[in-house]
Amino acid sequence: MESCAKTAAGLGYRLATIGVITSMFDLAIILPAIVNGLTFGAIYALVALGLTLIYGVLHIINFAHGSLLMLALYGVFFLNRIWGIDPYLAIVVLAPAFFALGYVLQWSIIGRAGHGKDQNVLLVTLGVSIVIENLALYFFSADTRAVDTAYTFVMVDLGVALVPLPRLIAFVASLVVALGLWVVIQHSDLGRAIRAVAKERQGAQLVGIDVDHIFAMSFGIGTACLGAAACLLLPTFYVSPTVGHVFVLVAFTVVVLGGMGSFPGALLGGFIIGVTESLGGLFLGESLGQIGISLIFIAVLLFRPTGLFGGRA
Amino acid sequence: MLRAAVTGAVMAAALAAPFLIASDFWLGFLITVLLFAYMGMAWNVLGGYAGQFSFGHAVFFGAGAYTSSILHVTFGLNPWIGLAFAALAGGGVGALIGFLSFRFGLRGSYFALITLAFAEVFRILANWVEFTGGGVGLYIPLKVHPANLQFGTKAGYYYVALALTLASLAIAAWLERSRFGAWLKAIRENEDAARALGIDAFVCKLKAIMLSGAMTGVGGAFYAQYYLYIDPGIAFGPAVSVEILLVPIIGGLGTALGPLLGSAVLQGAGELARRVMGDVPGLNLVFYGLLLVVMVRFLPDGLIGLAARLRTLRRRAKVLADA
Repeated sequence: MESCAKTAAGLGYRLATIGVITSMFDLAIILPAIVNGLTFGAIYALVALGLTLIYGVLHIINFAHGSLLMLALYGVFFLNRIWGIDPYLAIVVLAPAFFALGYVLQWSIIGRAGHGKDQNVLLVTLGVSIVIENLALYFFSADTRAVDTAYTFVMVDLGVALVPLPRLIAFVASLVVALGLWVVIQHSDLGRAIRAVAKERQGAQLVGIDVDHIFAMSFGIGTACLGAAACLLLPTFYVSPTVGHVFVLVAFTVVVLGGMGSFPGALLGGFIIGVTESLGGLFLGESLGQIGISLIFIAVLLFRPTGLFGGRA
Repeated sequence: MLRAAVTGAVMAAALAAPFLIASDFWLGFLITVLLFAYMGMAWNVLGGYAGQFSFGHAVFFGAGAYTSSILHVTFGLNPWIGLAFAALAGGGVGALIGFLSFRFGLRGSYFALITLAFAEVFRILANWVEFTGGGVGLYIPLKVHPANLQFGTKAGYYYVALALTLASLAIAAWLERSRFGAWLKAIRENEDAARALGIDAFVCKLKAIMLSGAMTGVGGAFYAQYYLYIDPGIAFGPAVSVEILLVPIIGGLGTALGPLLGSAVLQGAGELARRVMGDVPGLNLVFYGLLLVVMVRFLPDGLIGLAARLRTLRRRAKVLADA
């Protein structure tokens, strides 16, 4: 009983704090939080783009997305540690490497395990993520690592807020990658084939498209997004074997919020979640702020499973 | 005749195990096997029979563990009675999640993901509120007495775990024979067709998730009493969810004996990995993950399915040989 009362008092205190913050500090605190959320949201969007592409074409939910991102972050870290390669330059190595990894993973394991049930794919990707995560724990230990660059702490004054330079670079680069991806999907032969397979698998096969190849290509491109995201992320972030957990539920939330398979949805969803997390952390504290993401996820799945932009449930 | 004899022999061995096994370690191993066989069977009710895969069974496990522990520590309720409240808590959480998910028509992967999200919400809440002990966790005071569901030797816990497993086998046998079990299987195979036949899929799935949740809740309460400690990461973290769902998938989905077999193989593989490679963190989980991939890829019917397939092959070979 006593502890219940304490909790209620704690909640009252927190609510009072929110009132104080909003009335006293107003925009001076909220605007930087929003800007901060937007820059982080761009990374979420990039991670979610890969997931939504894989979902849109293969109609599978890739549970290993978070742990593949973790692997990419380790790639950036070790390229920097061993050969001194700048995280942004590492993109030339990691994006193709993760494309190949994704292609092989889909072609050799995930594509052959479905047996016609989407839950089976979920289970296999879960298994893959468990293996990757625990191998990372085995080889790299549970330590949290980060890279040091000359620009890690450079701040840029945007007028409304001070933003770390790497965050700004990540923001712009994520948009550029998203745009590039959109151009490829809309205007290349590969993109047309991908869209054809996404819309009508059998029809695509009948007109001579190698569906298994397109599946693997889509999975590869989706995974390559993670290679790019890792390079943009690491200068202001850290890597540990469980870092994928931070992103996996967020990425799912972004994807369902934006609409499964929708590119503009993933972008907008990324920004919304980035800002929500930032404001939630500001008002409710770090640990309770995370709950907002899960609640949004549940609410969207229940009440609007097609998301903001999605056509199919 | 043979079947009854085998069942009787296995039962006798199971009852005599604490007298035959001198080592506390191996008795502890058996307790873990039985506990996860029991919770795997609970998952199987919903996932195997009704075809609704849950990725967040920790939510029921944690609800049961915290309910019995808090009632015991804060209000001094007897843990045996706490087991009943744990079942109510697990069933209640199941009713909440099931009502929302099934009312809004979530299926397949979406249902799996929403259970995961619910477990995450509960984990964060358990970390935040004070009556759970927050991130520090909850210690159950040591008062060794069978009336407190605390035993001086592992044998006591063993018999409780054995009783739970036998109860779960009885539930599985009932599902195999009853009309309700047949309805669940019909929903699993084709929900639209099942509804066209007049089966109330919503009510059936709701009952299945409540039964599954209640069973898992009791498992969580037993776990808390066995280790005398619980924290949000153990109770609601993804590790328990994964370990529970692996059991029936490896043993055989929607079969009565699958979870028992799966749990024995899983815990055995984990223990073997520890023996061979040393006690390295995460290594047993690497094997669990590999097992999961290999099973779904090559043996989607589990080990029970493999046995059935071998039996068919042998019978066919015998028919050919006779002819």
